[in-house]
Amino acid sequence: MGYSLHFDAVWSNFDSLMSGLVIGLVMALISLIAGTVIGLLGAFISRGSVAGRWLVGIYVMLIRNLPLLVIVLLLYFALPQLGIRLDKYKSFICALSLYSGAYLIEVFRGGLSSVPVGQVEAARAIGLTRIQTNLYVVMPIMFRNVLPSLSNTFIGIFKDSSIAAAIAIPELTFEARRINTNTFRVVETWLIVSSLYVVTCSVMSFILQRIERRFPKF
Amino acid sequence: MDAFLNQLWIARWPLVDGLLTTLQISLAAIVIGTIIGVLVGVQLTYGSFVSRIPFRLYVEIMRGTPVLVSVLAAFYIPSVMGLSLTAKMAGILALSFFAGAHIAELTRGSLQSIPVGQIEAGRSIGLTFRQIVVNVLFPQALRSALPPWINTGVELIKGSSLLSLIGVAELLLNTQEVIGRNFMAIQFYVFSGCIYLVINIALDQAARTFDRR
Amino acid sequence: MRETTALLQIKNLRKHYGAVEVLKGVDLSLNKSEVVSIIGSSGSGKTTLLRCVNLLEEFQQGDIILDGEIIGYQSATGGERHRLKDRELSRQRSMTGMVFQSFNLFPHLDAAGNVMLGLRKVRGMGKAEAREIAEKWLDRVGLLPRRDNFPSQLSGGQQQRVAIARALAMNPKLVLLDEITSALDPELVQEVLMTVKSIADDGATLLLVTHEMRFARDVSSRVVFMEQGRIVEDDTPEEIFNRPKNERLASFLKSTRN
Repeated sequence: MGYSLHFDAVWSNFDSLMSGLVIGLVMALISLIAGTVIGLLGAFISRGSVAGRWLVGIYVMLIRNLPLLVIVLLLYFALPQLGIRLDKYKSFICALSLYSGAYLIEVFRGGLSSVPVGQVEAARAIGLTRIQTNLYVVMPIMFRNVLPSLSNTFIGIFKDSSIAAAIAIPELTFEARRINTNTFRVVETWLIVSSLYVVTCSVMSFILQRIERRFPKF
Repeated sequence: MDAFLNQLWIARWPLVDGLLTTLQISLAAIVIGTIIGVLVGVQLTYGSFVSRIPFRLYVEIMRGTPVLVSVLAAFYIPSVMGLSLTAKMAGILALSFFAGAHIAELTRGSLQSIPVGQIEAGRSIGLTFRQIVVNVLFPQALRSALPPWINTGVELIKGSSLLSLIGVAELLLNTQEVIGRNFMAIQFYVFSGCIYLVINIALDQAARTFDRR
Repeated sequence: MRETTALLQIKNLRKHYGAVEVLKGVDLSLNKSEVVSIIGSSGSGKTTLLRCVNLLEEFQQGDIILDGEIIGYQSATGGERHRLKDRELSRQRSMTGMVFQSFNLFPHLDAAGNVMLGLRKVRGMGKAEAREIAEKWLDRVGLLPRRDNFPSQLSGGQQQRVAIARALAMNPKLVLLDEITSALDPELVQEVLMTVKSIADDGATLLLVTHEMRFARDVSSRVVFMEQGRIVEDDTPEEIFNRPKNERLASFLKSTRN
């Protein structure tokens, strides 16, 4: 025992922790946007045809049941073998986008089925085309309905960005591990890093709830 | 292909050992996590406002912290506190706490979805609260909690791959070591990925089957 | 002489939720084998009164005395009242049976299992003995053939009859029936009322809240009219329905006739 807390060594590295946090947030945001595109496409494709539903279903099943770390390592270490070389940031963001895309497909599929059939019929009845119906009626209703799940997914993606540490991207967890080994202020480091994650997640969920409240509920 | 099969044969034992370690870690974590989760979940649902605070705090901290951070913290912290934990034990500890928080929330959700009338009916025939929890609430909560509980198992198997980063010789780390020897990155990552897929898809299907009933 | 004292005595019962007074001093007593119906418009406090007797609700003032025992609270002679411990409350609750508006059968147990749970866990009976009693009571409510059915496989009327069997199997001193036909389709009401009538004829002591005026008139030895947390009239069915003394009671009866 005889361990006493000294936070100085950790505070002096606070800049690198903050930059690590920002890197994580930016990677999460990019992945969320890319994942949303995948999610929307997947949801509409799986609505379109039986073959589409199968294809999308297989994608979701494969990605959701693989550890994210395996996907990351596959893209970063294995793809070069096929001549595809991505730097570590690109490969991690690709992996995180593919990963969150699978979850977002499920979110949007749920959102689509939550739109009452009556709304679609009413839109068709006033003469809107299929695409117009989707654009002006289905999508707005769906987006409001999935907003809470979207927020949760974003927070999940941000937490998953910690796995980038495995391929030496200097985000928060990587920096934490570096400070841990450099300063031996083990308890302090993890206490602060864990708090940073918890606080960031709480702040994000607070902001996202505010945003949700701005949109009228149907 | 022949070259791969050849290498696979050479690497069979590390891979089997790794898989067994992965399963062992996940199993230990789901067992410990379930015990923690059920106890905490009951407290969160029926405890007084004050007695809920520490449990709520635990759940919120675990849910706000990435699993990898818990794993690293569990790996580094005990040694400076004078406790000697193996990397594997530290990993199991971290995954158990992670699973415990998840299972606490789903226990709470399941219990809260049971109509109040069930508790009242139990009371009206003279059951004590403990008897109501055991005989009336748990059997009903089990139905709605079983599918997400199985999915927590999937999350644990996926999460156990993170223990490769603290040197636990589970499936992913052993795969990487095999690749270090034969440089067949794609083949062996895909192969191990398929092992994860088979286990997790089987669990996922089981969850779906229960969900439909 | 035990017979002369009432089985249930409610003295000056007061209850409020925050600032809202629900019961404003209720006095009521009930003798063994009596059947008392409480009528009144919704929000008059009649269901709350019943739930207080089953100790499902706490109350702030007054005493409920069941078979000579003050229930729910440590007897408050002047000092502070203390709610009894869970174990003690459970024991006292098992002296009364309660049948709910929404049946509240345990969905994970079959009909026999629903009746047996209290016998096994509260009365501490063995499986065989509990099953025997459960089957006797299921037979009594005409549902012995359905003993292996789960609640989801029974009609509303059948579920409510199982609930009656569940309450009676505990051999309670007093049975509380809370609007037990309100959630039923009209064609299922009769079978449940018939069951209640037959257990009343057997000498059970019943305190019931009901909207079925004809039934209240048929089955009750006394009818109590509640209005805004108070008992306004307490008399024989004959007097209540044919010669209501209170103006509010008269207009209430008129409104239910339409």
